[in-house]
Amino acid sequence: MNDYAHIGRSVQRREGRAKLTGAALFTDDFKIEGLLHGATVRSRVPRGRITGIHFEEGFPWDEFVIVTARDIPGKNVVAHLIQDQPCLADGVINHPEEAIMLLAHPDPQRVQDARERVRVDVEPLPPVLSIDESLRCDPVIWGEDNIFKTIHITKGDPDGAEAQGHLRMDATYLTGAQEHVYIEPNAIIAEATAEGVLVRGSMQCPYYVHHALHEMFQLPLEKVRVAQVETGGGFGGKEDFPSMLACHAALLSWKAGGRPVKIAYDREEDMACTTKRHPSRTRIRSAFATDGTLLALDVELLLDGGAYTTLSPVVLSRAAIHASGPYRCPNLRVQARALATNTPPHGAFRGFGAPQSLFAIERHMDEAARRLGLDPAELRRKNLLRTGDVMATGQIMRDEVDLIALMDRALTEIRYAEKRDSYPTLNASDDPVKRGVGFSVFMHGGGFTGSAETMLNSVAALEGTEDGRVRVLAASTEMGQGANTVFTQVAAEALQAPVDLIMVVPPDTSLVPNSGPTVASRTTQVVGKLVLDAGLAMRKTLLDAGLLLDGDVAGAIRTYVARHGALRTESRYQKPDFMEWDDTTYRGDAYATYSWACYAVDLRVDLVTYETQVADFVAVQEVGRALNPTLAAGQIEGGVAQGIGWGLNEEVIWRGGSMANHQMSNYLIATAVDLPRIRVFFEERPFAYGPGGAKGLGELPMDGPAPAILNAVQHALQIAPRQVPMTPEVLMDLVEGA
Amino acid sequence: MSISKILLKLTVNGIARQIYVHPMARLLDVIREDFGLTGTKEGCGEGECGACSVILDGMLVNACLVPAVQAQGSTLRTVESLAGVDLSPLQEAFLHHGGAQCGFCTPGMLVAGTHLLETNAVQDEAGAREGLAGNLCRCTGYVKIVDALLATREGRP
Repeated sequence: MNDYAHIGRSVQRREGRAKLTGAALFTDDFKIEGLLHGATVRSRVPRGRITGIHFEEGFPWDEFVIVTARDIPGKNVVAHLIQDQPCLADGVINHPEEAIMLLAHPDPQRVQDARERVRVDVEPLPPVLSIDESLRCDPVIWGEDNIFKTIHITKGDPDGAEAQGHLRMDATYLTGAQEHVYIEPNAIIAEATAEGVLVRGSMQCPYYVHHALHEMFQLPLEKVRVAQVETGGGFGGKEDFPSMLACHAALLSWKAGGRPVKIAYDREEDMACTTKRHPSRTRIRSAFATDGTLLALDVELLLDGGAYTTLSPVVLSRAAIHASGPYRCPNLRVQARALATNTPPHGAFRGFGAPQSLFAIERHMDEAARRLGLDPAELRRKNLLRTGDVMATGQIMRDEVDLIALMDRALTEIRYAEKRDSYPTLNASDDPVKRGVGFSVFMHGGGFTGSAETMLNSVAALEGTEDGRVRVLAASTEMGQGANTVFTQVAAEALQAPVDLIMVVPPDTSLVPNSGPTVASRTTQVVGKLVLDAGLAMRKTLLDAGLLLDGDVAGAIRTYVARHGALRTESRYQKPDFMEWDDTTYRGDAYATYSWACYAVDLRVDLVTYETQVADFVAVQEVGRALNPTLAAGQIEGGVAQGIGWGLNEEVIWRGGSMANHQMSNYLIATAVDLPRIRVFFEERPFAYGPGGAKGLGELPMDGPAPAILNAVQHALQIAPRQVPMTPEVLMDLVEGA
Repeated sequence: MSISKILLKLTVNGIARQIYVHPMARLLDVIREDFGLTGTKEGCGEGECGACSVILDGMLVNACLVPAVQAQGSTLRTVESLAGVDLSPLQEAFLHHGGAQCGFCTPGMLVAGTHLLETNAVQDEAGAREGLAGNLCRCTGYVKIVDALLATREGRP
């Protein structure tokens, strides 16, 4: 089956040994001479005007480095898609965690103490704290109408089709914010002078940080250097926020004449101030024929984007494109809007909008099945996409995947048919613990949307060294997901070399080309392909030079480098030939390919405590080829755990635009006892444009658990929950209010 | 006004150490800052995440919740003590099963797992999960960590 030497094999994690011995150095582990510790003075009101800043008298302020907006040498902006977010508030406050002033001191305790001795006077203005308040434009807090972005997708005649439906439904689904809770909080070290800026830290996207520093300082690109160090988890939470933190640390260092400054958030600050998953509200109106055929979907999708644009337009885009789920739907309307509120900006989080819209459609399908008197599996059998069908944006489904077979495999593994029949009888007893079984079917587009991969124009390179080794040069970061190991396997495969010959260089903008951000399930699928192609090019170079005849790759590289002084090959992104996308009409191939999955859940609901316990979890997915089965399964298991948390327990409690429960003791992520053994199964159908046939899989497992769980709760209790997290409180209201 | 420091004597990973510490210093900061043993991590500072797990006189503790002075005269073991020339069997099992992803919870997991194995506290998967419940991991969903612990206990790869 496997013709590869390295691909498809569970090569051990390359940096594993350092992580297991405690030798791996994360940002807060570096010992740096002359280091200053930075801290941030923030707004405490969601919206207002700064009228004064007061420093407590008698406190030795001359010991401190103090930075306000006036100290910014270039532009007061954290540059991303658009430039609406200031690095430090200058007169106006738009959310309660907005940074106003920065302080630094050699003693970390002292700088925390000083932060409490600054008083910021603010004249409050009426805030917008919910999607509804934002829609009412009362008041307008961003642009002309509080709308960051609107997306329309239309296909067929949704109004006409809806009128002909046998069953017409109208239901609204809500999802809450979610905090990433990477175990390493955000941390950055900066050294900045007019001669150059060096930033090191925990991050997903070194070139995003590079761009932000370049814009804020208005320094030439080559004077800015950004290096990622070992990163303790990201999940999207270290996609755009490190740009802000890097700007803050660099400003303090700049003001301090170039002394190194570290800002390492503690957990409370990290939870309160950094990005979270966008809360959403999705209204679905649908029409089905008598036999369950889906005739039309009309989806109104709203995302709460927080105070500034950041990534909301692209999160919205992915949400909108995934809104009709894995279904053949001839008549479709999606109206999607991302709205401004006076909370910290919401940002990237594994799944990037797709979990929100897929939750809505997957819950809706189970509700429709119940109304139609069909089993949820029957309803899906009638409507699941097949190869050759037309998807939401007019994309022809090219992936040769049998979704019905995929679904049936998951249902067999969970023993769905048997439980579907037997649980209602069991549940009729007096036992307050009720059982349910449910599932979801879904997909996740790999890589950036539409033409964005082409615009990114990513490059990766390989370099031979004089001692006969190979360095992989890419900006893609290792944050636990396995990029180091997968790149090693792919490069070794291309060169027909042992894996020990390959070294993946830690991303540093002064050393590596821009292979794009480490996001969007693109690292293996897109950048891995660049590494593969650069490897094939290197092999060809060696062969063309008359080397490699004995198969000794290290020897050939040594000889080549000795003769020519250097050996370097590059590969640049080229879109698959078939891909066409029109960003103005939102028509075409939204993604080069999708990963597909069916997740099935067996659970217990305790009607005394209203706790829901997942007893068994089956995750079946088609991901092209799993390049490293152990790492791939680890990604799925971890994503499922986060998805279960989003569905059941992880509740961000908002108070005046702030996260009130910003501690690990109040915001609960799953422990080992809260989770079942997550059972992972791969279907492998190699994708022609991915390295070794691989497709992206990192975000996929976030999409399915929440709707599968709520579908199982519908089965257990015969109710229709429409909101996550479905905490015991939410469930109690639903059951007792019904 | 300066607060007088206290002389702290203890054995750290088999070596006798003494150091003057602030009376309010956390054991975690002394381990990381004074002894330079940065394998022990701070994830929350409130005893929830277990990233700072260490073994103090045979007890598994969160170093962020222990005043350093409480370690007076005690024997302390951190993640750095687990490997000799070779990795420990549990570390090898983590590598083989994929128990480490981002690596930030890993030192605490390994220390907790080592303690569970040494005290023979794990009999089965449920016991392994119970034993690790004080250590949070956001990457793995725990399956591969539990597998590594059970495999080590049973002396298999």
